Amino acid sequence: MLKSVKTGLGLACVMAVMAGCSSTDTDDSAQQQMTQVQEPVIDTPAQETAVPLDNVVYFDFDQSLLKPDTRELLIQHADRMRGNAGTVRLEGHADELGTREYNLALGERRANAVRDFLVLQGVDASTLEVISYGEERPAQNGSSESARQMNRRVVIN
Amino acid sequence: MIKNLLKTAFIIAVASISLGARAQLVVDITSGIDDPTPIAVSPFSWSGSGVLAEDVSGIISADLRRSGLFAPVPKEDMLSFPKNPEEVVFRDWRILGTEYVVTGRIEPQAAGYLLTFDLVNIFGRQKMFTKQVSGGSQQLRDVAHRAADEIFEAITGIRGAFSTQMIYVQEDTRGGRPSYALMQADIDGARAKEIRRFSAPVMSPMWSPNGQEVAYVSFETGRPAIFRENLRTGARQQLTNFKGINSSPTWSPDGTKLAMVLSKDGNPEIYVLDLNTRKFTRMTRHFSIDTEPNWMPDGKSLVFTSDRGGKPQIYQLTLATGQVDRLTFDGDYNARPRVSPDGKTLVVVHRSRGVFTIATMDINTGRMRVLTETTLDESPSIAPNGAMLMYATKRGGKGILAAVSLDAGVKYNLPSQRGDVREPAWSPYFD
Repeated sequence: MLKSVKTGLGLACVMAVMAGCSSTDTDDSAQQQMTQVQEPVIDTPAQETAVPLDNVVYFDFDQSLLKPDTRELLIQHADRMRGNAGTVRLEGHADELGTREYNLALGERRANAVRDFLVLQGVDASTLEVISYGEERPAQNGSSESARQMNRRVVIN
Repeated sequence: MIKNLLKTAFIIAVASISLGARAQLVVDITSGIDDPTPIAVSPFSWSGSGVLAEDVSGIISADLRRSGLFAPVPKEDMLSFPKNPEEVVFRDWRILGTEYVVTGRIEPQAAGYLLTFDLVNIFGRQKMFTKQVSGGSQQLRDVAHRAADEIFEAITGIRGAFSTQMIYVQEDTRGGRPSYALMQADIDGARAKEIRRFSAPVMSPMWSPNGQEVAYVSFETGRPAIFRENLRTGARQQLTNFKGINSSPTWSPDGTKLAMVLSKDGNPEIYVLDLNTRKFTRMTRHFSIDTEPNWMPDGKSLVFTSDRGGKPQIYQLTLATGQVDRLTFDGDYNARPRVSPDGKTLVVVHRSRGVFTIATMDINTGRMRVLTETTLDESPSIAPNGAMLMYATKRGGKGILAAVSLDAGVKYNLPSQRGDVREPAWSPYFD
């Protein structure tokens, strides 16, 4: 567990650097972003110029386990959330397979998995709000496997 | 007797007449039993002025056909249109193979209509009964359904459920945004009307045992919350506002309690809310998902879905002792149980070879039987006479309602003319 988190952190650094390269502020902004954790700054230029992170993570059918690439993405989110006082909504969703009430529970279980991981990364639990929509708000309509994949998700808002 | 029954029906019908008789769901029968009983409902006479707003004998024929147990004779094939038993020529009907003939006469009444109808057994060469049903000026359809109930019961011995209703969820797009409505309609899909419209999802409608209220889950507050609403007055009350899931409300058979699912303790647990004392009692303690409670008819235990064994399966919770017993073992996905009115059969959503279907399970023997062969079948709801169930399925990418008899012999679809429809809840009897 810890080991994979470390690997994730390493990858996150690389990705942050890469992200920095493609923006106008090069390595500098990326580094600031990484070290910013300690000091509560109100004006945060580094965050303003940072590339927006993908805010949706996906799951396998009837599963709430975080996939490896999801962990990497969540570590980046955690880096940005730490020290940020605003509340973040974690919206859990399910695909159309299975019953609606069970899927409501499954959506919550997924959002809880994301919350627990973020808290492990040092994000204040009280800033995270979990809500499940089950299968009631699909990202994509239709019964194709690709639509279902898109719907088994947690949206970080 | 019938008159008394209709008083109750009157109150309910008054609330539902506003949109008139325009049906939004149309019956499409896909399978019936091999040897349905031929019956002829001869067009009724009308002694009042003008033309009746409804084809009463036609509605009775449609009810009987939808049950799958009868093959009504088309009007065009009838050799005569008898209006009373004396006019029934037995030989003519025997030639057609007709086993029963219904005759009837409609008369105007001060506040509506009076239907006098007779059931004649052709092969037994005898009148079985003459009965009367009356209704208000907007209740011709109710009068017809009541008569169909009487005919159905006299021949089959099973109480008719043609006078019942359903509530379901309709989703459509308005102004580019999804819009959700709780709909109430006759069980044949006619006289559909909106109970309430929502801009956020609404789910899990459940009738109170007296048929006067509905409990449901609405996301209008930004998270799921349980509401109860009076169907006649429209008065409603928010019952829960806990952090996390508030879902699956289901009334106890005596109507005094509501079982539900709350995840305020960290994961979904079954609770029972006493509607008089407003006290919540936690019924399950397990780290898994516990959801979708439904009461046994005696009110002493609940069946529910839990994945405590790794996969969703049905369990029974005895309320007095807290003991939990697993009921389903067949297949790796059994969920959302509903119990038949006699308490002997469980209806579940069952996954078999990757396909979600509706299945029954004999609670005593554990024997399971798949009833449906459509796709993504869910949300079964059993008729109060235990003969049929309504469920939600998909056809052509669209959510539709469908019905199947508990012995799987009879099937019909109720596609919607607008939007997706789902989560049908079959009403109890209204008397």
